Amino acid sequence: MLNLLKIAVRNLARFRRRTLLTSTLITLGIVAVLLFIATAGSFKAMMISQFTDAVLGHLEVHRKGYVASIDTLPLNLNMQPQMVKKIEQVLGSMDEVEAYSERVKLGAMFSNFTETASIRINGIDPQKEIAATPLLPGRIIDGSKEGAVLKPGEILIPTLLARGMKVKVGDTIVLVATNRDGSVNAKTFLVRAIMESITGPSGRDGYIHIDDARTLLRMAQPEISEIAIRLKDPAQLEQAYAKLNQELSGMLNKENKPVLEVHTWASLSPFSNIANMIDVLTVFIKIMLVSIVLISVMNVMVMAVYERIREIGMISAIGTPPRRILSLFLTEGLVLGVGGTALGTVISLAVIYALNIWKIKFNFGQQQGLLLSPAISAADIAIIAGTVVLIALLASLQPAWKASRMDPVKALGHV
Amino acid sequence: MTLIRAQGLTKTYVTGEVEVPAVKGVDFTINAKSFVAFVGPSGSGKSTLLNMIGCLDHPTGGRLSVLDTDVSTLNRRSAANFRGQHIGFVFQDFNLIPILTVYENVEYPLIMVQDWPEQTRRKQVMRLLDAVGMSAQAGKRPDQISGGQKQRVAVARALATNAQLVLADEPTANLDHDTAYRVIELMKKMRDELGTTFVFSTHDPKIMGEAEVVYTLEDGKLRAPSLKSEAAHA
Repeated sequence: MLNLLKIAVRNLARFRRRTLLTSTLITLGIVAVLLFIATAGSFKAMMISQFTDAVLGHLEVHRKGYVASIDTLPLNLNMQPQMVKKIEQVLGSMDEVEAYSERVKLGAMFSNFTETASIRINGIDPQKEIAATPLLPGRIIDGSKEGAVLKPGEILIPTLLARGMKVKVGDTIVLVATNRDGSVNAKTFLVRAIMESITGPSGRDGYIHIDDARTLLRMAQPEISEIAIRLKDPAQLEQAYAKLNQELSGMLNKENKPVLEVHTWASLSPFSNIANMIDVLTVFIKIMLVSIVLISVMNVMVMAVYERIREIGMISAIGTPPRRILSLFLTEGLVLGVGGTALGTVISLAVIYALNIWKIKFNFGQQQGLLLSPAISAADIAIIAGTVVLIALLASLQPAWKASRMDPVKALGHV
Repeated sequence: MTLIRAQGLTKTYVTGEVEVPAVKGVDFTINAKSFVAFVGPSGSGKSTLLNMIGCLDHPTGGRLSVLDTDVSTLNRRSAANFRGQHIGFVFQDFNLIPILTVYENVEYPLIMVQDWPEQTRRKQVMRLLDAVGMSAQAGKRPDQISGGQKQRVAVARALATNAQLVLADEPTANLDHDTAYRVIELMKKMRDELGTTFVFSTHDPKIMGEAEVVYTLEDGKLRAPSLKSEAAHA
């Protein structure tokens, strides 16, 4: 085998420029794919983490029909305390769930005593909210991040609103809201902090304490608009979704229809389409790489066979078994594939390492200075490298087969 | 001892609807350790006959036995195996592999055809290179040696696997007369030293004179074998 490998390498060295060009092509293809996977994967993971860890959680539970009308934040589709209790029991029994946070969502008028604007408000229990969306304190760009991010009587407001209304930390503002019965109520709040806006749903919401929300809406009972759930392992999303859906589907209304609905972050955020597009692009780039390897290796091997017909005739005539001739050409293709892949992988890892050292920042929507941290898993490298080597072998198969089946008399007479 | 026996050996090529007879029912025997030449004009069937003896081509009729094996019935794989075990080849164009050194060219069949261990391989290659007078050029590549030297290397390669029969199709056609003569002398010397049977084809009257037995082919038919003295005057 070692001798075969040695001869194969020598044969490839025979046409040095062609071998170099093909190896370079494979190397560049590998670099392009690995870098794309590393950067796009990092971008995707970071953005998903931003949405799930700062706003949405991994899963959300709502009353049936709430999400369809979410733009109006309908108070008449809040969950009643008995429902919430049952949901909490289910969540408490699920190993996959790390934390959850009940929220009261409402639309309100925001006034700084000279101007008013509309605002969407989340009424939260700060401790539960931080457990379910741990990046929430990280969104505070002005004001204290210490301790509980929010106390009763305080409000966190999005930066765009603060800028537009010229509101600063420590100012007093008023929220005016209409409850489900149509009566209007108002309450003053102290601006505790200003928050960075996040692209996507609820990314520009303000936050008040859940007790204040209930007071503002004059709720007779502690109703809940949504429950955001954080999983221990995001990879268990589909499994946890199916389990929770099944558990909650038993809660029926008078018409014997499910009263609750469960959504994953992906079905609540338009970013899931971008994430899907990244996945499609990744597949597309992988297909391109496979095509590059297939065509370039096949081209080299077809040429190698064509240019060495007399030599193949000689080695066949002296009694070289056809399977060994096949192995020789397959080894040449394999060496091309393995060489290009190894070099491409080394270059890619070096570039990924350099990108992490250089700390490249980028902006996405309202979010500024996001740090790109490209990373690639050993599994991804193994899959890409394995695919390329396999394709290189497959591309060599036809020319190698042709060489092994060549009639020595005709081959020796080839001009 | 008879090494090769042909009875009514025929080869007809079919191109479309046209049949072209190349060898027309020839009978001959070749003894072991002999030095035999097939001679005749171009197109007389010399190469076809050598190809059939070398299991590179199948007869379309008759019987052909090489080393007591009916080679006309061998399939592709068995034929390759038979060649690898028993037959060495010397070609008109030398057919050395350009990327390999002289040493590696001789070593090639010991790696690709027969899996010899490295130490034994080295001994065999050096012994043969010594025998053909090429050990000083062992590290050179084919493009660094002359035509005659290339053919010496080709002879060493043909003998590397201890073949009992070496077939050489026009081995001197690309060489000047003196070099050709020295190559034939070398082949004869190797026959004497190793006991290998050499069968070669040529159309050079002076070269054919070196053979001990000369078979003359004309239009695919064989004339009675002639002795060395007769052939030299043919």
